[in-house]
Amino acid sequence: MVASILAIYWLQPSTPIRHLDFWLPTTCLALTILTWILTRPKDTSDFRANIITGFVIAAVILLIGLTRYLGSICCLTATRPPAIYEIFLAVTLITIFVILANRFAPGQVGWIYGCIILIIGLFVALKFEPLTKLMSIGLRAMNAQSVELASAFDIKWLGFSYVAFRLIHTLRDRVNGRLPELTLKEYVIYVIFFPAYSAGPIDRVQRFAQDLQRPFQLSMDTALIGGKQIFLGMFSKYVLADGLALFALNSNNSSQVNSIGWLWVMTYAFAFRIFFDFSGYTDIAIGMGQLLGIQLPENFERPYFKQNLTLFWNSWHMTLAQWFRAYFFNPLTRALRSDTRNIPMPLIIFIGQLSTFILIGLWHGISWNYAIWGAWHGLGLFIHNRWSELIRSRVSNLDSRPRLKRLVGLGGILLTFHYVSLGWVWFALSTPAQSWNTFLKLFRLV
Amino acid sequence: MPEDKTTNKVSLKRVIIKGVLLFLLIDILFTPLSPLPILGQISAYNVIYPGRVRLPYGENPDQAYNLSLFNLEAMFASHVLAATKNPVDEYRVLIIGDSSVWGYLIKPENTLSGYINAANIKISNGRTVRAYNLGYPTLSLLKDLLILNYATRYQPDMIVWMVTLESFPVAKQLDSPIVQNNPSTVQNLITTYSLNLNPHDPKFATPNLWDSTLVGERRALADILRLQLYGVMWSATGIDQYYPQSYEPPQENLASDETFHGLLPPYLNPADLSLDIISAGINMTGNIPILYVNEPIYISHGENSDIRYNFFYPRWAYDQYRQLFADSCSTGGWHCLDEWNLVPPDEFTNSAIHMSPLGTQTLAFVLEHAILSLTSP
Repeated sequence: MVASILAIYWLQPSTPIRHLDFWLPTTCLALTILTWILTRPKDTSDFRANIITGFVIAAVILLIGLTRYLGSICCLTATRPPAIYEIFLAVTLITIFVILANRFAPGQVGWIYGCIILIIGLFVALKFEPLTKLMSIGLRAMNAQSVELASAFDIKWLGFSYVAFRLIHTLRDRVNGRLPELTLKEYVIYVIFFPAYSAGPIDRVQRFAQDLQRPFQLSMDTALIGGKQIFLGMFSKYVLADGLALFALNSNNSSQVNSIGWLWVMTYAFAFRIFFDFSGYTDIAIGMGQLLGIQLPENFERPYFKQNLTLFWNSWHMTLAQWFRAYFFNPLTRALRSDTRNIPMPLIIFIGQLSTFILIGLWHGISWNYAIWGAWHGLGLFIHNRWSELIRSRVSNLDSRPRLKRLVGLGGILLTFHYVSLGWVWFALSTPAQSWNTFLKLFRLV
Repeated sequence: MPEDKTTNKVSLKRVIIKGVLLFLLIDILFTPLSPLPILGQISAYNVIYPGRVRLPYGENPDQAYNLSLFNLEAMFASHVLAATKNPVDEYRVLIIGDSSVWGYLIKPENTLSGYINAANIKISNGRTVRAYNLGYPTLSLLKDLLILNYATRYQPDMIVWMVTLESFPVAKQLDSPIVQNNPSTVQNLITTYSLNLNPHDPKFATPNLWDSTLVGERRALADILRLQLYGVMWSATGIDQYYPQSYEPPQENLASDETFHGLLPPYLNPADLSLDIISAGINMTGNIPILYVNEPIYISHGENSDIRYNFFYPRWAYDQYRQLFADSCSTGGWHCLDEWNLVPPDEFTNSAIHMSPLGTQTLAFVLEHAILSLTSP
């Protein structure tokens, strides 16, 4: 736990707002403790251990704050931490709030939903540029810094997206009665487990806790497997992804390119770059998890070799898709199915898939392009769903013709890959007009 | 179970030991093999994508799709010059010099070589003049000589060497990073041509054993790879430099300072200028004609312009340099042009030697005629 706390302070990048690189991880810890209080059963069995954990967290925060006075070897954080009295005051306030929440909140569903709204609100504020800028103005004013220089890029809260997913997951499972009892230490480790802190995967707490509670001794096999996965992850990220990034499609180069062939190359480069980048990070996280006795879930399973879009989304950022399926798509479609107006099934699927994927798009950032990227996939999945229904009987006939089946499979892979790659055009560029223009260029329509 | 554990332990130890040994072996073998020059010759330019029309140089790689590196083999392998041997119908002219030749802030087609090629000049025997831009943005004659040393392998028919006083001070010759980072070649040039420079100058990069291992050379290796990858963007966009929306024009009002690199008026001592490097060029190229051109400079009319021509040059130093240059040309029988005031002040971009497309075109026109006259029987 201490390693993870140190890591979240260490990983947090600097920001132009004074001491924010210290306060953001601190807020993350405070939010995690609050959420634990809300999700714990009323009668926690191990009160003493949880109090000790609370003290350890407070002590680590204060110790990190003390690095301010280490002079030249300072600091763990990107910039010098704030003055120790400010940290002490903050820790005291958090403690008072935690004591109050502990007294009144456990088991209160209203508090749980309030917390979910708070997390989503924070999430929206961080992902929607005008709101982020407003936050920056507020924080700058509090710090007596120039508000004229405020920008949405001032606030970079590393890992918050994934922390938010884990917190909401535990809050929802608490309401549904599916959350096991966890000590504060287990809960904090789950939320801020440093290998998965910045880029996932999003593990389920029930599974994570099992690994955590199991006695662990690093075996040779595990060390080798974990080490190999870290190495492969680093190669994917720092060699392949970073190499492809030099010519992958972006807002700058999309308007400069003078040949359709190269524009396709740049689009493919983006497709592979984002895969190697993300899967590389995931491999590093999984490998490190293995060395620490935590078997994090896989996030990618050869996604560009899938024969249709549904299979693609079952193998691309799998833990994110599973999260949205569990906490948005399933509840929504259940609600629509039980609606008294008897909504037709295809329409339910359409609404469910489109809204789920638009939300997944907006999770990357609240902008038109991400929303369109989400809609592109939601629509693609719906079309595939209907198409599969339509040709179900014909597909079963293919079993007797293996060569044709292979050919159809290959065609499916190519079609899916290109559909996904074209979808990245929305993702990679910053405005719908720019993306549309690139689409037209790709198909020689401009 | 215990047996398995033992086996595992042994295998892990073996893997670690083998891994470390293999790594050390490759890392250490890298030093005597020094494969960077050979690796530099392996290039996707001129094979998968077209060669660059100017040498790789870039301060903003992300936007310029270009980068600065010190591996001359890789730099030349990426240049269009390396695409073919000199065809029989081509009269190959290599233009060397500083950033004004390379074309700072101007597009490839607006450089001297771009305009000369666009003019499609035919010499008396029917061959077409094809100019190659081998300018490189630092001011040092030794740097030019280093590039010329590599360029001579590409069968030139003529060299055009653009010079300006700022490239001449002896004290400046080793300041160019590309010179400092190619120590053995440059030291060899210094001794071969008996240049008035110290081959053991501390400015030379002196890599220790660690620096020359695989780990120590990782940056140089990554640069070769990045140069290849940026080839895609060069091919896709034709862009090889970042063009800012605006820039500061050359300084019009000047300081009343009369010194030139610590030298004081009234006399410019020829020993302070690297005229010997110019002579070395003649010796290096043998029968291949070299045309030396004193390139145009920005002439200010602002405050203290009676003392200085521009930010670089006090009048006394520049006037005497022109005289020394003319005397050397005359004494050595060199082909020289002095075009110092050819381009009007409005046709300079962000420095006293960087010309606009129009200014460059004006100079290119003069060069076309000079090339033609030198090729006439």
